[in-house]
Amino acid sequence: MITRDVVVCEAKPLRLVQRLYLVEIAKGLAVTLRHFIANLFARKYTVTIEWPEVKREYSERLRGRHILLTREDGSPRCVACYMCEEACPAECIHIEAEDVASSPTVEFEKRPKVFTIDLLRCVYCGFCVDACPKEAIVMSRVHEMAFASREEGVVGLDQLLQRGPFEKLDLGYRPYYGTPRSRIELPIPVKPRGGIQEGR
Amino acid sequence: MANREERLAAIRRAFPEGSGVVELAGGDMQTLRVDRQALPALARHLKDDPALDFKLLLDVCGVDYPGREERFEVVYHLTSLEHGHRVRLKVPVREEDPVVPSVYGVWRAADWFEREAFDMFGIRFEGHPNLKRILCHPAFQGHALRKDYDPGQRWLLREGEQEEPAWAKEAQEDEDHFETQVLNLGPSHPATHGTLRTVVRLNGEVITKAETEIGYLHRCFEKMAETHTWNQVIPYTDRLNYCSAMMNGVGYALAVEKMLGVEAPPRAQVIRLILSELSRVMDHIVDVGANLNDVGAMTPFLYMYQGREELYSVLEACCGSRLTMSYVRIGGLSNDTPPDFEDSVRYLLKRIPKLIGDMETLITENRIFRGRTEGVGAISAESAVDWGWTGPCLRATGVAYDVRKAHPYLGYETYDFKVPVAHAGDTYARYLVRVEEMKQSLRIVEQALERLQPGPIITDNHNVALPPKEDVYTEMESLIWHFKLIMEGMKVPVGESYGYTEAANGELGYYIVSDGGGHPYRIKVRPPCFAIFQAFPHILEGHMVADTVAIMSSLNIIAGELDR
Repeated sequence: MITRDVVVCEAKPLRLVQRLYLVEIAKGLAVTLRHFIANLFARKYTVTIEWPEVKREYSERLRGRHILLTREDGSPRCVACYMCEEACPAECIHIEAEDVASSPTVEFEKRPKVFTIDLLRCVYCGFCVDACPKEAIVMSRVHEMAFASREEGVVGLDQLLQRGPFEKLDLGYRPYYGTPRSRIELPIPVKPRGGIQEGR
Repeated sequence: MANREERLAAIRRAFPEGSGVVELAGGDMQTLRVDRQALPALARHLKDDPALDFKLLLDVCGVDYPGREERFEVVYHLTSLEHGHRVRLKVPVREEDPVVPSVYGVWRAADWFEREAFDMFGIRFEGHPNLKRILCHPAFQGHALRKDYDPGQRWLLREGEQEEPAWAKEAQEDEDHFETQVLNLGPSHPATHGTLRTVVRLNGEVITKAETEIGYLHRCFEKMAETHTWNQVIPYTDRLNYCSAMMNGVGYALAVEKMLGVEAPPRAQVIRLILSELSRVMDHIVDVGANLNDVGAMTPFLYMYQGREELYSVLEACCGSRLTMSYVRIGGLSNDTPPDFEDSVRYLLKRIPKLIGDMETLITENRIFRGRTEGVGAISAESAVDWGWTGPCLRATGVAYDVRKAHPYLGYETYDFKVPVAHAGDTYARYLVRVEEMKQSLRIVEQALERLQPGPIITDNHNVALPPKEDVYTEMESLIWHFKLIMEGMKVPVGESYGYTEAANGELGYYIVSDGGGHPYRIKVRPPCFAIFQAFPHILEGHMVADTVAIMSSLNIIAGELDR
């Protein structure tokens, strides 16, 4: 239905001052000069980044490369239930399960023999993280990935398993528990200049 | 607004019982089953009868039901701008004789939509002036959306087999006996902002004939959706209109929620609305910025992108990705907003108007910009409606049609905002409408922030949404729900529904058919710029080559949405 609640924005005819250019040019230059001076001295609103010397700080929810978390004894938390493989819209996860002969409890009867993610096929939607019933797969903030061949993009358990203590991981997207955990800094903070920062 | 019975009575005046028009009971909108012989006359009657007034053809699509005696169904969606009512026509056809009379003569909007149905299902539209493949290339064999088509097949297009319009091959001389030139604009031209190809015939610098070829970015969205669960389609919707990915997801979720009969919690609805409106601002920033950039004004483009960059930071903090958000889930959202979300949005509400102000100082009354855009690419309100236009491009012609006002969703009726309209219908009018729309969107966001109350962000109906994580880790029952939902997907009741929202380019429609299983039976997207772009070659005629660039970017053609 056509609504009557409108605001009409018609083209206004150009006034003589506007047709004369000069005043308008001065007005335009005032705007660009203001931006120029602001960028020259304050750089408060500069959103461009001198990549790759300076890297952008992303939120703690960024969906980057996956991490398979481990238990305290270093074995993968994954119980090879195939949930992430089912939930993946890009069909990039491949799991082969095997029985754990020496399992102390019935909870960990199975473990993944093969767990590969095709990082070139992955769309980084985070559905695998939401689907995992054991919080075994989470995402990191690592998003700069380059591979020399397509085969290299298919990463297995050895590359996906968590390295180092949990607190030291550059964690990104994790399941939602009800308390949000992220922060936004606006205007986007300007990073100090310096040499190439270490990869996180 | 006449009710369903009155509309049926108005149809029955010309088509009494037994004349091939049957009303089907129930459904989300009035549905008529039409024999193909009766279609041309009925179409004319629906359009011309003042009580019906179906001036706008929104969508034409095919659906394949292999078990049925009449295998294919051509589905038309119509709406009346005057009365606001909608109707769906279904024309069944047999596999042996898949011919339907074309309605191109009644609504020109049918042009590309019928070509798409021909391409995907092999349904021939008798009387269509240019019935050939549109999204698939000419060497493609078979019809991709038929249920028995094997998606593993690959068809190679060799050089020389590429589609050329018939008129481009024949030599033509102008009045001075010079041969006129045929020029390819695109497929990869910096001003197409995507891969689109336009073949034009030039007489000097004036375009005398044009034809557009699309499909370079066809990613089989609709075919893929049929093999994925309802929730798994959401990452695919992000890639439709990637300039405002949030709105596609919201539109899809609303359409499925309508079929399921569930509603997102109030907090999720307000967040959806805030992020949709911010996405609209972002989309208009891209469009206006690209339009200015294409006519040579780079400065405002870069100023506006500061705002867009900050908007993306907010979206990224909410969902973890800047462009491909996947934030919406059916029944709510995947995550709550960060604690400082409101502060950052308030900051943006102060920041973006300043950038818009700077751009307006530089551009709106700029004599050069007005010289490049006023009167360029003008279209009348009648032909815009005839072509099926919606959104800012239609409003720039003076038709104040906005889904947010006409058929409110997400509680838009409770917000105070106005619909910007202009009357010239040219590139400059589209610029003015978009700039005003950004301001109105920010007004809506301001009001929505006041209503943001704490609460759940996804429905607790575990037939639809995953149970909370703590329960999955500790309770057996929740774990079973979790497993069932992921292994089988949610079950959407048998039926069909057409969900529509006002996306940044116009009415984004999802026609969804469910057979009760875990996967959609058919999803047809009605991308707003598909209808807009089909008029583009016709608008071009009589314009200079340089105007092509100004017109194309003012129409905001997003190839991801156009080609799906």
